Amino acid sequence: MPRALFDAADVARVVDRIAHQLLEKTGGARDTVVLGIPTRGAPLARRLAARVRAFEGVDVPVGTLDVTLHRDDLRLRGVRALAETEEPPGGVDGKLVVLVDDVLFSGRTVRAALDALHDLGRPRAVQLAVLVDRGHRELPIRADYVGKNVPTSRNETVRVLLSEVDGRDAVLLEPAADRGRPDGLPAGLASERTP
Amino acid sequence: MKHLLSAGDLSRDEALSLLDTAERMERALAGREVKKLPTLRGRTVVNLFFEDSTRTRTSFELAAKRLSADVVTFSAKGSSVSKGESLKDTALTLEAMGSDAVVIRHSSSGAPHRLAGWVRGSVVNAGDGTHEHPTQALLDAYTMRRRLGRLDGLRVTVVGDVLHSRVARSNVLLLATVGAEVTLVAPPTLLPVGVEAWPAAVSYDLDASLPKADVVMMLRVQRERMGDSYFPSAREYSRRYGLDRRRLALLPDDAIVMHPGPMNRGMEIAAEVADDPRRSTIVEQVSNGVSVRMAVLYLLLGGRGPRETTEPGGRSE
Repeated sequence: MPRALFDAADVARVVDRIAHQLLEKTGGARDTVVLGIPTRGAPLARRLAARVRAFEGVDVPVGTLDVTLHRDDLRLRGVRALAETEEPPGGVDGKLVVLVDDVLFSGRTVRAALDALHDLGRPRAVQLAVLVDRGHRELPIRADYVGKNVPTSRNETVRVLLSEVDGRDAVLLEPAADRGRPDGLPAGLASERTP
Repeated sequence: MKHLLSAGDLSRDEALSLLDTAERMERALAGREVKKLPTLRGRTVVNLFFEDSTRTRTSFELAAKRLSADVVTFSAKGSSVSKGESLKDTALTLEAMGSDAVVIRHSSSGAPHRLAGWVRGSVVNAGDGTHEHPTQALLDAYTMRRRLGRLDGLRVTVVGDVLHSRVARSNVLLLATVGAEVTLVAPPTLLPVGVEAWPAAVSYDLDASLPKADVVMMLRVQRERMGDSYFPSAREYSRRYGLDRRRLALLPDDAIVMHPGPMNRGMEIAAEVADDPRRSTIVEQVSNGVSVRMAVLYLLLGGRGPRETTEPGGRSE
């Protein structure tokens, strides 16, 4: 049985807190853009930007960054459908880029994101915001903003559900037995296509 | 998907996901100074061309290079083939050097199918005889979808030398899979036996087919594959089945004109039609070809380790 780590209200609170931290740490989010990593980082980035706007009236440009073509694990986990990369209005050159993803695990997605970002331009600095940090890093990468640190075992799965993609907000911890693929996505290319 | 041998092997979902991937590939590189992605680093693609080709060979080469694969291009001229080496021996030699995919063009229909049984890597059919040319069909479908926004219900008229055209065959199969309605227009002598079993309508009258076409695809008259007896003269062919300015005016307003190239200007297509900036997609087809072939190579090779141990000829997912 999956164990609920967050319900919808927790997700909203965590996004609010990260928005506040971002405003604090960046001195009002000037010259800042948020880039969501598909699938679920993309709606999270939009929510984060909406909260920042609600709190301080600052418009933070939002984009998405697909990292699939830069992954180093395609050979191990099979080919995946590509998602959209949408450059934020105004680009990333000279900006503070905040990468947003749902779960931080091995750090390999973030590594791929840094490479993919390099193709878009040259940011002044890059930060990382994640909803859940579940540990087990394989690379020297850490997040600047963390919704919740969750100690996990390697063969458990952290599944983030967001209403934009899954119809509801929640974060679930699934024991080893229920897991499908390591990233919690169903097998097969077609079903992974972003809506 | 392990090989791409026939456009008919693709399911609707596979075909559409391939086109989506091509679109993302194109956007991933659009406007970039360095047109290179690291995705297929360390993979080796062999282009095995037993027949002349400019655009297909260059296009596959570019596609592989943009994904950082190593590319070896091999044409029959100047190779051991001219010393009489068989296809199988050539293939096994390249295999022994460690190729992950072989892109093959051959004048014999079915050569890629045979090759797929001999090598461990993926085989991509880049045109075999008068049989199939699946990546051309994919790039044509991609071009139609980009220009007209849909494939389902699209009315496509394919005109000319259907008999010798692998492009026509692959297009008919793919377009039927994705829900387009194809009409073949050709002189009776240039239609293959059994064409009534194809998922396409057949007509001999070009003027009557044009007003209801969203897409007109002109085929090259393949003089190198025919004796002289298929039609009385080039002038007569051109008068009955060539696309000229008068016929262009019969098309609906937003219809497009396609040609897989190389063109016989003045024969199946008038120069002014081929160069029509609004309707002709001929140049666009070439650039779309690179994105589509990147998608094919990515989907075939991206997920597999180098020289993965599937049995020769076996299908892995």
